[in-house]
Amino acid sequence: MSTNHKSNNHEHVSRREAMRRGALGAAGMIAAGGLNSRVFAAEAKKTPEQIVAAQKAARDEAAKAKARNKGKIKSVIQIFLWGGMSHNDTWDPKPGTGYDYLGEFDKVIPTNVKGIQLGALFPYLAKQADKYSLIRSMTHGVNSHETAAYLMQTGHKAGGRLAYPSVGATFTFFKKEQYKGLLPPYVVMLRAAGRFSEEGFLGPGYKPFATGGDPNASRFEVQGIVNRGINDGRQKARRELVDKINLMGYGLADFPEMAAAEKAKQKAYGLILGRGKEVFNLENEPTVLRDRYGRNTFGQECLAARRMVEAGVPYITISFPGGWDTHANHFATMKRQCPWLDQGLATLLADLSEKGLLDSTLVWCTGEFGRTPKVSWEPPWNGGRHHYGAVFTVLVAGGGFKGGRVVGSSDEKGEKVKERPVYPADLMGSFYLLAGIDATAKLPHPLGFEAHVLDAGKEGMKSTGLLEEIM
Amino acid sequence: MKWSDILRIKAEFPVKVWPNAAQAYHRWVWESIARNKPYNQFVRELLTSSGSNFRVGPVNFYRAIQNKTTEGIAEAVGLALMGARVHFWPEDRRAGMAVFFSQVGYKPTSEWKEEVVFWDPLNSIAVPGSIAPGIPAVAKSVTVTNQIPHALAKPLSENAPVAAVFPDGAETTIPPNRDPREVFADWLIRPENPWFAKAIVNRTWAWAMGRGIIHEPDDIRQDNPPGNPELLAYLEKELVSSGYDLKHLERLIFTSTVYQFSSIPRFKGPQQARANFASYLLRRVEAEVLIDALNDITGSSDLYTSAVPEPFTYIPNSMSAVALADGSITSSFLTLFGRSARATGMENERVNELASTQWLHMLNSATIQSKLQNGPKLAAMVNAGGKPNEIAERLYLTILSRFPTDADVKAVEEYAKSGVSKGRDVWVDLAWALINSPEFLLRH
Repeated sequence: MSTNHKSNNHEHVSRREAMRRGALGAAGMIAAGGLNSRVFAAEAKKTPEQIVAAQKAARDEAAKAKARNKGKIKSVIQIFLWGGMSHNDTWDPKPGTGYDYLGEFDKVIPTNVKGIQLGALFPYLAKQADKYSLIRSMTHGVNSHETAAYLMQTGHKAGGRLAYPSVGATFTFFKKEQYKGLLPPYVVMLRAAGRFSEEGFLGPGYKPFATGGDPNASRFEVQGIVNRGINDGRQKARRELVDKINLMGYGLADFPEMAAAEKAKQKAYGLILGRGKEVFNLENEPTVLRDRYGRNTFGQECLAARRMVEAGVPYITISFPGGWDTHANHFATMKRQCPWLDQGLATLLADLSEKGLLDSTLVWCTGEFGRTPKVSWEPPWNGGRHHYGAVFTVLVAGGGFKGGRVVGSSDEKGEKVKERPVYPADLMGSFYLLAGIDATAKLPHPLGFEAHVLDAGKEGMKSTGLLEEIM
Repeated sequence: MKWSDILRIKAEFPVKVWPNAAQAYHRWVWESIARNKPYNQFVRELLTSSGSNFRVGPVNFYRAIQNKTTEGIAEAVGLALMGARVHFWPEDRRAGMAVFFSQVGYKPTSEWKEEVVFWDPLNSIAVPGSIAPGIPAVAKSVTVTNQIPHALAKPLSENAPVAAVFPDGAETTIPPNRDPREVFADWLIRPENPWFAKAIVNRTWAWAMGRGIIHEPDDIRQDNPPGNPELLAYLEKELVSSGYDLKHLERLIFTSTVYQFSSIPRFKGPQQARANFASYLLRRVEAEVLIDALNDITGSSDLYTSAVPEPFTYIPNSMSAVALADGSITSSFLTLFGRSARATGMENERVNELASTQWLHMLNSATIQSKLQNGPKLAAMVNAGGKPNEIAERLYLTILSRFPTDADVKAVEEYAKSGVSKGRDVWVDLAWALINSPEFLLRH
């Protein structure tokens, strides 16, 4: 759990050293002795930083060109795996690394895309690999929950003076004018984050609407929208009653505060008594499809999310109903939860695709970090994995991203980035690009501080360029 | 509660006061108000205290600032105590004020998350491997060396007089034997200070009336003049001459004719009339007050918890929401109804609108329904029996503090006759209607 993120890449460090010597000019070359002087002649012109910057610029350019020809993301489904899911046991398997790394999860399975393998806990996703891409070189090096979760949900470095809004709140900020639906524009199932506030400095208007309830129950009781025991008749009668006894309302009806409150109330009734709430009535779905999603909370959340996408809701977060912080009891937890994730997510992607919604809907799934590739067999962990921000895997699908691809890679044990590190700004920047949101645009701050959608450079965070490979 | 918003009393995110310290901070504020501590003394203690964050409440003022640079502290002081947005000031004025906060030191103790705020003229916190402002660096250095850096052999910076400029432009030189914070505090709390009394009387007025004489109450500047300068000057004078007695100020406002105006305007006036307080300004009651009222009426309670895994995370049932010390201790109701996030210390962080998601909760949530259905106090009122008009009267007196009108009673009787609801449910529905009436939801 201590910090184990030193450098992503030994090769990189030695090259930097070589460059430094090269920069010393002739004296450096003499000192460097046997090194090939032609290499120096070619490379001495560029520092490693310049090489990365040039690559980034080229990727960003290519991504922008590709995004121009695509439709824009209309809705986003974000599946957040609180606690951080192991990458080795799931979407970046490392067969043959031995019991200390694998434990009992030593099997991999092929997918419907040649060359991509998954851990054996994901048979459903293996059949849908053409629909999503895996970023196996995601990295930020942060190993504590709060700061890493903030980073992976906002794209901003934690600890600055500003409390940034989540990607969902920012997305809603830019999309809410276009959205005319009855449901709130930003919905979270089932509860809000708690330890950090999604709305950030954008203010309470950008807090996600938390549904509460359980979509896998006989009735999905969405807080305030679907209430057991109060039928529509009683609801209407109550509404008339409150109008009749509204003594104060008569005198003040044309006050702006009253008018605004009244308008909001009408909107609420539109949901309570209108068709809006039908979105949450999963009984309207064929039984076969409900079974396909999996008769568990997460599976039915995925189904509810798809229904919300159909209703035009811009941003839906599913906070996975179960933690992934598996310091102890790791293998049992994985065996319980992975099948839910596998079936629900795979069916969601297939269903969105069948309904022609996948191109306009981005689905992304990650925790705040991965977990240590080496298993802690010693007490008190007895087979656990700890926080690991040096490298982990993110799944992205739809919304203009290609499926069936893998971006970057980790080393043979999944401990470091091997190729193409992807940083939060690269990931979120790609989302914003495909959504038609300018990542350099300003966000309004109540104190007038300068704040932008993303600000990786200013915050001293690395970036290697947008994900043009999968656009 | 309102001071807790302004002073950002919150264990975690984005300010990190930590649970123990948030309680100490809150206790100090609460006691100061309860004992009616003179406001000038309150502010001086807030600005000049030194000591442990667990033991000396007011030192947490300097810890509850997100941006702990000298300018960041100056901005926080300006906002909280001068009602001014310092970050919009010209560079030289900001820099001049920042000097007063250039010797604030933070150091750890061996107690987890304890931090001492102190006057640090020698800049001992800059010792390499020692500590930088803020707990994370502190924790790191303590972990590495397993000891707390002690006094230095030689000072890191020369302890010389420092030149600073007060926000009013007056230049000063702070002698080496004085804490610059004290010099600033003494300048601030003088009766003739152009910000000090003005900011607090305006804030107090705004809390009572829903709008400052200068609006917003934390945006005092030359080009944002007061709506009624004479009134503001009078209140300032009253505060100073009473020895900074806040209760005196509040009494003056609450007993004034203008406070007692009805919210129903006597004539249709332009918007201007509202800024001049021609009628009482309508606004939704605060999140904490609303849930406390609902619990009080129904005899139920809410569970307040904190995601921070430390003491004070679970709160006894009997505790009201207004009494919660720490902004990290919360409930979904409080969040939904716009309790302040306590991030910036600005007044407008608290939002008292009536949004549609809040209506959903009031009109149709299982939580509110269950309070109405199962709350023992409400049930007792109904079960006490009597004629329908007697029960209705009890509910009206409890929920709206008034007797029902004849029309009200008639409407209720008709509702009962309609048979939509039967038995006790009629009264549950009436209570539901009353808590969803503007008369209950809005201060009027």
